[in-house]
Amino acid sequence: MSALRPRVVLVDDHGLFRSGVRAELGREVDVVGEADDVQPAIALIAELLPDVVLLDVHLPGGGGQAVIQAVKGAHPQVRFLALSASDAPEDVIAVIRAGARGYVTKTISTAELADAVRRVAAGDAVFSHRLAGFVLDAFAASPSADDLKPSFDPELEQLTNREREVLRLIAQGYTYKEIARELYISVKTVESHVSSVLRKLQLSTRHQLTRWAAERRL
Amino acid sequence: MGYVEHPTRWHRHPARFRHREGNGGPLRRDPADRLGGGVASGVAAWKGFNVTTVRIAFVLLTVVTSGIAVAVYVLAWLVIPAAGGGPSIGAKARSDAQGIRLAAALASLLVLVLLVAAAVSDSWLINWAWPQVLSVAGLVLIWRNAPADEQATIRHLVQPLEVATGMTVGVATPRRRAALRLTIAGLLLLGGSAWLFSLHGSVALLRPLGGVALIIAAIVLALGPWWLRIARELDLERQARVRAEERTDIAARVHDSVLQTLALIQRRADDPAKVIQLARLQERELRAWLFEGRVPNELDADLTLAAGVRQIQQDAETRYGVPVEAVTVGDTELDDNLRALLAAAREATINAAKWSGADVISLFAEVEPAEVSLVVRDRGQGFDPEAVPADRKGLAESVHGRMTRRGGTATVSTAVGEGTKVTLKMPRTAEPQTQGPSPVGRK
Repeated sequence: MSALRPRVVLVDDHGLFRSGVRAELGREVDVVGEADDVQPAIALIAELLPDVVLLDVHLPGGGGQAVIQAVKGAHPQVRFLALSASDAPEDVIAVIRAGARGYVTKTISTAELADAVRRVAAGDAVFSHRLAGFVLDAFAASPSADDLKPSFDPELEQLTNREREVLRLIAQGYTYKEIARELYISVKTVESHVSSVLRKLQLSTRHQLTRWAAERRL
Repeated sequence: MGYVEHPTRWHRHPARFRHREGNGGPLRRDPADRLGGGVASGVAAWKGFNVTTVRIAFVLLTVVTSGIAVAVYVLAWLVIPAAGGGPSIGAKARSDAQGIRLAAALASLLVLVLLVAAAVSDSWLINWAWPQVLSVAGLVLIWRNAPADEQATIRHLVQPLEVATGMTVGVATPRRRAALRLTIAGLLLLGGSAWLFSLHGSVALLRPLGGVALIIAAIVLALGPWWLRIARELDLERQARVRAEERTDIAARVHDSVLQTLALIQRRADDPAKVIQLARLQERELRAWLFEGRVPNELDADLTLAAGVRQIQQDAETRYGVPVEAVTVGDTELDDNLRALLAAAREATINAAKWSGADVISLFAEVEPAEVSLVVRDRGQGFDPEAVPADRKGLAESVHGRMTRRGGTATVSTAVGEGTKVTLKMPRTAEPQTQGPSPVGRK
């Protein structure tokens, strides 16, 4: 079953980082290909159709979201996990809204990265503590009327209290298992909360979400 | 030679004023029991007299000699070494060229004033004042060369005078001093001319005054530049002292930051990544201090909460080498309450970095409309809160105390092997200055 040993393509413009990840992840997943820029990555993914693409947010030829946008339409089954060292919120939010199933920082440990890849392969969302902070921040203020485009689902514009709690704990460095214990819920429920947040993040029509990210340019 | 009294007889003569025999040693001032320079108590101890007797005798002597005794006293202060060793003040003053010039300048100024006064009137006060030229010069030398405690005595003795003449440095503001001086000069001028004209009704009698004025002008012309130069030199000396203080301050700061970091770098020479990190952080800190005037290790007044959290992160990472993952949700300007919150968070973070043994510390700050919360969490060894010794008050005082004094709360959840989580909450609209410590969250 592919979820147990997912096939992974690495897209990162730093050769050193790619070989490092390949060496570390090689025992846990099948790294089937590597690419160092947007166009080669699109061609490679269309050819190999991996379960998960580990995608650097920053790529010379247009950034990670360009890869997602090009692949998504033709191959919706390919899932993306964004990876970055920089943590500039506007880049992270852009790549998530383009369709990435999660975002982790490059400082993540190998075990956690392998775990994240498996989760994404299984269709779950993966939030790093950073992304959790960004999302809490972006959804913090209640949107004013002109912040919202007409939406079919007003629920999309707000996080529930439970989702907030989960995000806070992620931001404090809790693992899903620890969150489940802390909140007396199952790990599956934690995952469904996170997926729900991801859906809101991708589908929300909040102007604020993009404007917020733009304002955070450091 | 038979008619010459044996020296000891003279000493024995006033035996009834004595409490004890003289100490037999050389004459030494006794700064421990002094009103002025301790000369009287020194003499008393030397000869075995009662101190009060010596003092009364001195006052009588002053009256009889119309003030000369005061000058003698000052000279004695200058020449006789203090008990307990060390050279006399005069010995030190000999190498103080600046002080000698200042004394000479003041003395000459006083002579000038007395000359004028003598020309105008022939009061007994003038006779009294002449010896004081010597006293003033002597006091100047003592003031500049005596140990700090004796300087303080002189300052007390001279303070009323200083204030009156507006010469107090650093007490009054320059503008106030200038105004005071001008007022006094104006009053003197008015009073003096009024006095002159009332005494000498006829203008013809004022003629000798013309001569006096000429002499004064001559003296001022001759000595004026010298006085000015001395004043300038004194000013330069003060500036030099200020510069020396600045230098000490800079040295202390460089020690606290740069030297400490260099020591850390030497200790971690085998870890290039760490060395680079240390160097970068030190560079940032040094630049901030040199070019932006920000003092290292102090929370700036214009800092925001997110920047404060970043600072804690950097500090803990550099000084303890433990990575800190900081997430801030929202941001706000700092007030005193939030500065206290940050200080408590810093303490909790450093505690975690030092003791927990965790690979990573999480720092999470969230600004909400009603409150700001800050969570410091580690997956380290944790501790038993009951087992913390009473003398290790870091957590209790720095964290709990800081928070509760300002109406916030601090909750620590930990157990051995379970890691530690410190949750700090500070209400944003509290009025802590008027409230006592909140009972919430107190131990």
